[in-house]
Amino acid sequence: MELYNGERPSVFRLLGKYMRKGLYSILTQGPIPTHIAFILDGNRRFAKKHKLPEGGGHKAGFLALLNVLTYCYELGVKYATIYAFSIDNFRRKPHEVQYVMDLMLEKIEGMIMEESIINAYDICVRFVGNLKLLSEPVKTAADKIMRATANNSKCVLLIAVCYTSTDEIVHAVEESSELNSNEVCANQELEEANATGSGTVIQIENMESYSGIKLVDLEKNTYINPYPDVLIRTSGETRLSNYLLWQTTNCILDSPHALWPEIGLRHVVWAVINCQRHYSYLEKHKEYLK
Amino acid sequence: MDLKPGAGGQRVNRLVDPFAQISYHFLQFLWRTLHLLVSLWYLQVSMVQMIEGFLISSGLVKRYGALDIDKVRYLAIVVDSEEAYQISKVIQLLKWVEDMGVKHLCLYDSKGVLKTNKKTIMESLNNAMPFEEAVEKDVLLDQKQMTVEFASSSDGKEAITRAANVLFMKYLKYAKTGVGKEEPCFTEDQMDEALKAIGYKGPEPDLLLIYGPVRCHLGFSPWRLRYTEMVHMGPLRYMNLGSLKKAIHRFTTVQQNYGT
Repeated sequence: MELYNGERPSVFRLLGKYMRKGLYSILTQGPIPTHIAFILDGNRRFAKKHKLPEGGGHKAGFLALLNVLTYCYELGVKYATIYAFSIDNFRRKPHEVQYVMDLMLEKIEGMIMEESIINAYDICVRFVGNLKLLSEPVKTAADKIMRATANNSKCVLLIAVCYTSTDEIVHAVEESSELNSNEVCANQELEEANATGSGTVIQIENMESYSGIKLVDLEKNTYINPYPDVLIRTSGETRLSNYLLWQTTNCILDSPHALWPEIGLRHVVWAVINCQRHYSYLEKHKEYLK
Repeated sequence: MDLKPGAGGQRVNRLVDPFAQISYHFLQFLWRTLHLLVSLWYLQVSMVQMIEGFLISSGLVKRYGALDIDKVRYLAIVVDSEEAYQISKVIQLLKWVEDMGVKHLCLYDSKGVLKTNKKTIMESLNNAMPFEEAVEKDVLLDQKQMTVEFASSSDGKEAITRAANVLFMKYLKYAKTGVGKEEPCFTEDQMDEALKAIGYKGPEPDLLLIYGPVRCHLGFSPWRLRYTEMVHMGPLRYMNLGSLKKAIHRFTTVQQNYGT
């Protein structure tokens, strides 16, 4: 496993690796969250703070992302979701949107290569969101990496692009409506066949009674499953910005003050510790809502 | 806090090697010690917050003296359902909110304990009106009274499901009359309209205060949380006026980009 944090002498890297292993062996005495979600907030403020050229914050943010994903997967977290690009972000300046799309394309292509974190941790990559809004080259690259990693099973990385929760809910309603309309049509055909006596007579008890879209239909058709146990939004911001609103009913919301490129192991560990502290409470609440 | 051992705790039955047993118990000890230290840290933070809250309530911290309460157009309060049984505490909290000049408030707990005690709560407030009544009389913009909306988990995802059925029925009607079958295509505005049509007219809160053990919105309507600032206030039994003022003051200084 390699840490993608620039050049470092290998003895420090090894020491860091073994210290982390020691820490993980303590943390894994308690329940480890199955799914951690991240809002990558603060890249532009980081660039401003360190007087970096335009786009420098996003590049630093990408390195931080690789580190954080490494820590999560080493700890045994199976699912990680990142909020890479919101539908609202299309309202930014065009050159900034284009820069982020180009960076995404460059990093997706890098991920497919050998020696990347994707192969090191046997990660299945899935892009979720309204992918029709992506430019063609990015969409093609995203499809390529999803196909290439479809059989990876150890960990899952969900990348939310062109995503908002409200768009996701509407999408779930559309999918549920389509499935239910097929059921309605099938029931109508059965009724007509019975009424006219044409074809095989279908026994009444075999016809399903139709009761409309149910909550479980919407839950099945959201983009992101399973639901996260912890959501970390950096930069100290306390809102969700239209992200995972449906999935965070029983999720701890953590808002460290660090900007996204400044996020480190201590923030991930702190989130896991808080998850362990409130594990029973949230499990009880989940049971109540079932 | 109720710590539950994880996979490490379940390995004990399979440990036969004495060295493995010793290292397992040692790691358990370290894990519990870690959580004890974290609990002491949170205890220290709570004590500092209580002292700060007391100082703010007494007016000794001038920064929180004048609040720009008009920025909080719609306030939501989420209370853990077990703590919501402390109705006297809830009433005290609402009186503080009313005295501060908040005009529109939504009270939520997932099990509907606050809804059940709606009558008691409304009777205790000096100048408040139920939200539904304000909508019926079309006096939502009237600044004389505070409107109070009561919500529970049935007003969240279940309400969205009912609105989904409204849209679905419209789609079926259209599909029956149309030539050929088109895929359903809805917009967020249509979803808004469907929710309003079935009686869910509450707007998106600007600020959501969470009284409970965890910073978690516990199922508040997902459709109404897009840009809502969520602040964890701690358990209801430790609530104080100073912390409330500080949370509202902090909110009035927040600047949102809305993704741009």
